[in-house]
Order: sequence, then structure tokens, then C-alpha cells
Amino acid sequence: MNNKAHNPLFHVSRRAALPWYRAWGIRAAALLIALLACALITNLITGLNPLAVYATIWQGSFGSARRAWVLFQNIAMLLCVSLAITPAFRMRCWNLGGDGQMLIGCLATTACMILLGGKLPNWVVILCMLVSSILAGAIWAAIPAIFKAKWNTNETLFTLMMNYVATQLVAYYIIIWEVPKGAGKIGIINQSTQAGWLPQIGSYKYLLNIIVVALVCVAMYVYLNYSKHGYEIAVVGESERTARYVGIKVERVIVRTMLLSGAVCGLAGMLLVGGTEHTLTTTITSGRGFTAVMVSWLAKFNPIWMVLTSFLLVFLERGAGQIATSFGLSSSYADILTGLILFFIIGSEFFINYQINFRHAAGKED
Amino acid sequence: MFDFVSFIPRAIMQGIPLLCGSTGETLTEKSGNLNLGIPGIMYVGAISGVMGAFFYEQAVGPANISPFLAIAIPLLCCMLGSFLMGLLYCFLTVSLRANQNVTGLALTTFGVGFGNFFGGSLIKLSGSDVPAIVLSATSSYFRRTLPFASTTGWFGKIFLSYGFLAYLAVILSLVAAYILKRTRVGLHLRAVGESPNTADAAGINVGRYKYVATCTGSMIAGLGGLYYIMDYTSGIWSSDAFGDRGWLAIALVIFTVWRPNVGVLASFLFGGLYILHMYIPSGMNLAIKELYKMIPYVVTIVVLVISSLRNKRENQPPASLGLAFFREER
Repeated sequence: MNNKAHNPLFHVSRRAALPWYRAWGIRAAALLIALLACALITNLITGLNPLAVYATIWQGSFGSARRAWVLFQNIAMLLCVSLAITPAFRMRCWNLGGDGQMLIGCLATTACMILLGGKLPNWVVILCMLVSSILAGAIWAAIPAIFKAKWNTNETLFTLMMNYVATQLVAYYIIIWEVPKGAGKIGIINQSTQAGWLPQIGSYKYLLNIIVVALVCVAMYVYLNYSKHGYEIAVVGESERTARYVGIKVERVIVRTMLLSGAVCGLAGMLLVGGTEHTLTTTITSGRGFTAVMVSWLAKFNPIWMVLTSFLLVFLERGAGQIATSFGLSSSYADILTGLILFFIIGSEFFINYQINFRHAAGKED
Repeated sequence: MFDFVSFIPRAIMQGIPLLCGSTGETLTEKSGNLNLGIPGIMYVGAISGVMGAFFYEQAVGPANISPFLAIAIPLLCCMLGSFLMGLLYCFLTVSLRANQNVTGLALTTFGVGFGNFFGGSLIKLSGSDVPAIVLSATSSYFRRTLPFASTTGWFGKIFLSYGFLAYLAVILSLVAAYILKRTRVGLHLRAVGESPNTADAAGINVGRYKYVATCTGSMIAGLGGLYYIMDYTSGIWSSDAFGDRGWLAIALVIFTVWRPNVGVLASFLFGGLYILHMYIPSGMNLAIKELYKMIPYVVTIVVLVISSLRNKRENQPPASLGLAFFREER
């Protein structure tokens, strides 16, 4: 080639598709390096030896039966939101409003529990909770979706702002329903009557949520991979023009998919309030809508892999939380570790999609 | 009667962090990078400055602080911290061509965690009773206002009563607007954001422009965090104090249709909306106040919708915003 020009040390070229086991091997390697880095940093901050770091993380997640149940409950909730936003992501529609859609579902559920609890038979209340939360979440997602479909309004920022509108709406209702007056919080709803509380399976408080989310997970997998709707979503995501050309009504697909997205988020909110928390705060979703973006992306928008990635993130969060409590550190330590691991995994995608050709290697080929 | 003389300065002080964030994000977006890590970067900028100031105050004692170092050390630390965050973002998205949305969100998670973690650690180190770090000595230098501020009545209050960072933020955004609109560097930068392939063909080093613009943008955004702590809250850091201003700053970029000079007034307007709930008389009805706090977000949504409805060609985002550039792909 042109020998006169500056010959760079290496050049990057796109890789042909890697077999799936090598791609996941690279991701696993990135995860291992990331975990090493985390142990090293924890070691620098706390002086704990790296093996003990892992032991503490394990302890925080599986140390007791209760902790394990909390872990699985958190995974279920995170997974539910991730599943919800995935159809939109497959369509390249960046729904960052998972938090708000979930919160508005929580609000609808709370409204049913407070206003209808005790006045109607319990199963009717629960039915109302289910329907209203799904509707609320769907509406919250539909508003940005309609504008996106009609006028191509930026959905990333629109959904983001809808989160804060939802937060303020919840804050408003918390003050209206606060118990006792002036406390600024709602407390446990219907503690004595348990009206509107989702039924427990045996003595396992969290089992129902986990089962529901598992069903949603399988349903979402089938929907995305084996249904006509799922195919349309994939086509719109790959190329809107192609979709239009083959006669897919893009606007309809966008609105429909976002409706589904919001509905599942609303369901997640219902499970959270009706199933486990039985109260409402403005931070009840604890940022799951944002973490879900990363869960979904890390799993390459595949619902089954998402079980793994949501496990990974929740496991780390609980583990890092354990390190933080046992060493009196701030609980934000979990965020730092999560961020670090994400950086490594995000970076590793490069080595899956591209390869680096060094100068001398290229020379031999020529 | 609505008290404008006390409202406007507070609105402006609220607006300055937003202004820094949106100026930085505009520069970044003009290079085709959608940096959703701005909220995290502003946290890191703020905490880096706080750490610099904290250790400096601890080292020499609050009594014999030299004014120059008290300003220079936090400023440099802040710039360094946010620069490193910008560099990380660039490395991942430009060199490794990672997805910008995910990288940005990860950066925000990391940055907010970083800020609260080291903030919490410093609070423990200082051993104070309240969960906050108080840097009043350093802050007093940051808050030093222009002369005549107290003697010229309402004029002084509205125009002269701010710390130097506020004026710096306004100047920076005007300079950024000038560079983007009137200079060759700005032209190249816009070319990189609109069509990196064309820019590349024209001999512009796309990677370098993206790196420089994003890192500079991050540093400007980081200053917003520093201003908030050192000036607005009088040097008091407490966890999560900075709140969601980073996201509002990103929304402001769209509000200003990618023009930093428009951002000056727009950010003051947003600052006003942000604190409007304190000025609307609502009596004892606390619930209504929560609804008033919705105003800035609702206004942002309305602006988003209007700007997409009007759909003017010069008001569109950079064409390649959010896309990684790879020369061998056309």
C-alpha cells in the first residue's frame, strides 16, 4: 500500500460475527478483570484482603435465608422493569422513563388500596389495582410515544422529564394521603385489614412476585422472538425506511410497543407496592428504571440473558452494600463498583465487534 | 407584590449550574457525542473541588488560607476530576465505539456514587455532628462579589452580587457560542457532529475533535457542580444535594436549540422555574407546592414538543448525534 504515508502502529477493523461462546467468553473475561479491579479498590479503601472482599459480597447476598429472598425479590423487580423497556429498546426507542412509569403504577395501586380497600371484596380491589396500574403505566409511556410517532419528538428526554413529573405527582398525593397528618409519609397501608395486599404463597413473602416476573420473562421472550409484533419491532429498529417500504405502520408499532413497555412497568409498580412494600414513597423505585437500561443492554436485549445480568447487578449492589455497612462506608460504594464493572463490560464490546491489527502482523499478510 | 429584587438573583444563582452543564453538553453534542453522563460529571466536579478545598483547609488551618490557593486548588481539582470523567467517556465511546447512551448512564451511576461516597467519607473524616461538610472559609472567597454590589441598591443586587464563577460561566457560554458560530474550529466541530465522514474526507481529525470537545464540555459542566457547592450552598456539601440538575441541564440543551448564548437567558429562566414554588403564595397547602415543583419539567416537555412541531432545519440536533464514527464503515 502507500508506503510513503505514515504507517500507524495498528489499525482497527470490524470483525466478522464471533461465535456466541467466544463473545460471551470475552464478556466473562471483562467481568473477571472488573471484579479484580473492584477487589483491588476495596482493598485500598478498607484494607480488606481481596478474597475476604468476595466473601463479604457473597455474605451480603446469600448470608442468610432472608438475605437470599431479598436478593431474589430485588432481582425480580429489576428484571421486570428491564423486560418492560426492552421492546422499546429493540426498536431503538430509548425509553429512560421506566422509573416514572413504574412510579405511576405504584401511585395507581396505592390509590386503589387507600380508596377502595375495605369497601370492596379483596379480590375486586386487587383486580382494580392490576388494571389501574397497568393503565397508568401505559398512559405514562403513551404520551411520549404519540409525540415520537407523530412529530419525532426526542423520546429520551421526554421520558426522562416524565419521571420527574411522576415523582412530583407522587409527592403531591403522599401529602394528601399522609398518615398521620403532617408526617409527610403514608406509612404501611391497611396494616390491620391487609386490604389490597397481594396474597402470600405459603410463608414466602416474595415468592408470588418472583413467579409473576418469571412468567413475564418467558412471555416477553416468546413475544419478541416468535410473534409478528416482535418481528415488526426488530425491523423498525434495524431500519425505519425498510419497515415503511415493506408496509409496516411505523407509527403504530412505536405507540403499541411503548404502550406495552409502560404497561409492564406499571405492573412492576403494582407488584412492588401491593406485593412487598405496602407503602408509597417518591424513591420507592430506587432508580431501577435507569439500572434496567444497563441490564437490558448488557444482555443484548435478550430476555433470558437478562435474568443473568440483573442477577449480576443486584448481587453486586447487595454485596457492596454489605461491605459498606460492615466498614461504615457510605452506601454509595455500591454505585462506584457497579459503575466500574459497567465500564469494563461496555469496553469489552469493542473486542467483540472489532479487531486490532498490528503493523507487523499486517505486514506479514501482505 | 412579587419580590423581583430577591427573586431574580436567586433564580440566576440556581441557573448558573444549569448554564455550565448545558454549555458543556452543547459543545459535546456538537461533536456528535450525546453525553448522558453530565449529571455524574457535575457530581464528580463538585466533589473533587470539595476534596481539594477540604484537604487544603485541613492542612493550613482555616485562619491562614491564602486567597489565591483557596480558589486555585478547588478549581484545578474540579477541572481535573471532570476532565478525567470526560476522558473516560471519550475513550469508551470514541476509541472503543461503545453505545453512548449506556456509557453515559454508567458514567452517571458512577459519578453520583463517587460524589456521595467520598462526600460521606469526608464527613466522617471531619467528624462533625451534622451530615455535611462545611467549607465556609474557602466558600467566602468564591462568594466574593463585585465591588459596589451592596451600595448600588437593586442594580447591585441583580447584576453585581454573584461570585466570580457565575460571571465566568456566562463568559464561557458566550465564548462557546462565538467559537461554534464564527470560527473555523467551530465550523470543523459542527462538521464532525453533522457528518463525520464528510469531515474526515475534508481532512479533519474526527477523533481529536470529539475528544477535545467532549473533555472541554465535561470540564465546563464540572464547574457548574463546583459553583453549586462553593457559592450557592455556601460551601456546604451534603449527600444528593445536587439533585437532578444535571438532567435539567441536558434538557436545556434542546431548549436552547444548541446555542450556548441562548442558554444564558434560558438557564436563568429555568433557575426561576426551579425556585418558583417558593414564591407562589399557597398558604398552608403543602401539597400544592409539590405540584408547583413540576413546572420546570413540564415546561421542558412543552418546549421539546414545540421544537419538534416547528421542525425548522436550523433547530435540529447534530445529524450524527449518538452515533459512533468508524472510518471503514460507510
